[in-house]
Amino acid sequence: MIRSHVLICSGENCTSSGSEKLISAMESEIVKKGLADEVKVIKAGCFDLCSSGPNMIIYPEGAFYSNVTVADISEIVEEHLIKGRVVKRLLHHDFTQEKTVSSLNEVPFYQKQLRIALRNCGVINPEDIDEYIAFDGYRALGKVLTEMKPEEVIDVVLRSGLRGRGGAGFPTGRKWQLARGNAADQKYVCCNADEGDPGAFMDRSVLEGDPHSVLEAMAIAGYAIGATQGYIYVRAEYPIAIKRLRIAIDQARDYNLLGKDIFGTGFEFDIELRLGSGAFVCGEETALMTSIEGHRGEPHPRPPFPAVKGLFGKPTILNNVETYANIAQIILKGPEWFSSIGTEKSKGTKVFALGGKINHTGLVEIPMGTTLREIIDDIGGGIPGGKKFKAAQTGGPSGGCIPPEHLDIKIDYDNLISIGSMMGSGGLIVMDEDNCMVDIARFFLDFTVDESCGKCVPCRIGTRRLLEILDKIISGNGEMKDLDRLDELCRYIKENSLCGLGQTAPNPVLSTLHYFRDEYLAHVVDKRCPAGVCKSLITYEIDPVKCTGCTLCARNCPTNAITGTVKNPHVIDKSKCIKCGVCQQKCRFSAVIKK
Amino acid sequence: MKSLAELEVIRERTKKKINVSESDGNDIRVVVGMATCGIAAGARPVYDMLIEEVEKHNLHNVSITQTGCIGICQLEPVVEIYAPGKEKVTYVKMTPEKARRIVTDHIVNDTIVAEYTVGSVVE
Amino acid sequence: MQKAQTTIPFKGTKEQEEKLKAVITQLRDEKGALMPILQHAQDIYGYLPMEVQEVISEEMDIPLEEVYGVVSFYTQFTLNPKGQYNIAVCLGTACYVKGSKEIFDAISDKLGIGPGGCTADGKFSFEACRCIGACGLAPVMMINDEVYGRLVKDDVGKILDRY
Repeated sequence: MIRSHVLICSGENCTSSGSEKLISAMESEIVKKGLADEVKVIKAGCFDLCSSGPNMIIYPEGAFYSNVTVADISEIVEEHLIKGRVVKRLLHHDFTQEKTVSSLNEVPFYQKQLRIALRNCGVINPEDIDEYIAFDGYRALGKVLTEMKPEEVIDVVLRSGLRGRGGAGFPTGRKWQLARGNAADQKYVCCNADEGDPGAFMDRSVLEGDPHSVLEAMAIAGYAIGATQGYIYVRAEYPIAIKRLRIAIDQARDYNLLGKDIFGTGFEFDIELRLGSGAFVCGEETALMTSIEGHRGEPHPRPPFPAVKGLFGKPTILNNVETYANIAQIILKGPEWFSSIGTEKSKGTKVFALGGKINHTGLVEIPMGTTLREIIDDIGGGIPGGKKFKAAQTGGPSGGCIPPEHLDIKIDYDNLISIGSMMGSGGLIVMDEDNCMVDIARFFLDFTVDESCGKCVPCRIGTRRLLEILDKIISGNGEMKDLDRLDELCRYIKENSLCGLGQTAPNPVLSTLHYFRDEYLAHVVDKRCPAGVCKSLITYEIDPVKCTGCTLCARNCPTNAITGTVKNPHVIDKSKCIKCGVCQQKCRFSAVIKK
Repeated sequence: MKSLAELEVIRERTKKKINVSESDGNDIRVVVGMATCGIAAGARPVYDMLIEEVEKHNLHNVSITQTGCIGICQLEPVVEIYAPGKEKVTYVKMTPEKARRIVTDHIVNDTIVAEYTVGSVVE
Repeated sequence: MQKAQTTIPFKGTKEQEEKLKAVITQLRDEKGALMPILQHAQDIYGYLPMEVQEVISEEMDIPLEEVYGVVSFYTQFTLNPKGQYNIAVCLGTACYVKGSKEIFDAISDKLGIGPGGCTADGKFSFEACRCIGACGLAPVMMINDEVYGRLVKDDVGKILDRY
């Protein structure tokens, strides 16, 4: 099996500087070392770095060697091809930096990131409390209990400028302050780990990678507001997160970092796990609390706010996982440190789950104020296959699609809202020219219709009507007045729904309608889906010039819709075609065109 | 935990164990990304193979530890190696076969297997 | 969404009922115990038929319609028994934009059942699921606890044939 490819430039300039000799020297050296079956030498076209020729690239490492002479060949073979060590002295100076990278810390994907919430993820063993402690774990709790008054803790969180990472961005310190201000015999600290946005997995990663950071922060919050009991509401779909949380809670109890008389200060705090059972609406705070109480997870009107009357009728604070993951660092490093990061009104960092049509999918934590372009191009490595960027979706079913013209916007809570999207919990899905924006809007509406709890009419019925209109457009039966209807209905649902789910559900429709109106028009007026996604609106045709009459498509067509004779162009009978796309996949001459 | 001093003792003790990059001993720490995505991509057999190979070579100075999501889903399973006085090395798209070679080449013979590192796939 | 009631007769055993009653005794006094009890019950029986809900209603002294109300609200609770192998195709956003709908349709065609259904021999049941957090491997599906990633339509048949 070939494991390495040696590309030697045989462009004009390199040939004149002796690449022919290199090729033959390399070939004979490879044969001599018995590597002929494993290494292949390829005469390549010009690498465009003629001044440093002759040039050579060895894959899979992608090591770029320049000014190579015949005398270097045996070293390259011995060191690189046999021992797998890049010959650094021959590396082209432009490539020295990145081609010798072997640590994740050195790649661009990491260099633009700043890890606060994810500081321990991928570093410590999440099932060993000692490792968390080794990285300053529970020191913040110790500091708070032994040196600070509850009011001082709240003041620090307020001054840090931390805002809720679950979506809406309410100032965390303010939430705590409100709950502290309400006297009661019992108060509760809740953690929202019911991460429901499809395509978002930030909270799961924190829980699986660093569960103690959440427990510690909840205990700090308990001290700050005067609560002794905490609940973590976590998705049942996250079995590993649940297992690690259970282990973490047990270990913290063993060390008496949960329980009675923590650090000998008389402070008492314990945490219980509650599993969600797959209802998106339970990410809404009042619905989540109703669910913990053991009922259908339906939201109820605010006020009263949870800080006044929350879980079991008592003052309650609810923060999400990522918000908690920031707390201990803020206590240890100070609010000034935290507020020095980010933009004017959005401090600190945000974790995004980068997915969709992007080269490096994954979890990234960036300072607020980073541009979308930096995330997609520098961190995410751009879009695969040389395709064109069409939109980035943030905020999941509550958010919107951001078009190319806003790629340079600095990401923070307020900027995203100003362009019709929202931060949401941090899903960031990249879409390219092959994604149809009407179809994407329909996808999210389908989700919302499914997840609407049904308690209030605007959401329950409104979203269903929206979906029906979108279906009509996608099936090719849309009329111009449907677009106005969509717009009007969206605004009505936004204004009149009971909870955040309904109030934000129209956002995917509104933002695509605003930024990608031409795509809606193409569907409605031209009865055409420009991205070639909506089946009712696409047709397959065979280009008679490219078709060689090989009959492969006709033999594979499941409905015998393709006819033609050998060596003559074939034709697709549109009345029989079911648009399965098999012909296009099978054609070796790119003669089948989707329109 | 009755006092901050008690916490400090655990912190110092464990830090020494974990922070091998800054130590002058000969301990090597191997971590395997084992969050949902890592496990889904096949981290478990890699983890098992590392343990098996390290035992086979009788390497008492090597610890193998699971960890959470390192963040590069695309490249899972990910294995990182920390050794005294050196920058950590990140291996990506691991398989049990690659794991075996990393134990013999990197851990036993102190030679980084360049073609398995993150540098070979990310520019 | 309306949940389909099962037509398959209930085959609960004495042991299962005892296990369930033990769970109820243990959790009864906790605040908001109904959800955890239903979750345990589903682990014991594999699903939550009316017969099981009746036991819980009686033991907990909660009206049956309230128990049913909770069961029907949450998608994780199922009124139908699952197949020996449960196939869940992720239709989360990241998988969707990478074409998981095609995978979903291919499985539906191959098995001849729609989402939420179970094949007549009880071997496969089939459903769509929301993000399982393996977006880096999109599109993905799970067969019981096994995750299959980076799927293409043509793989589906081969994977199912292994079961």
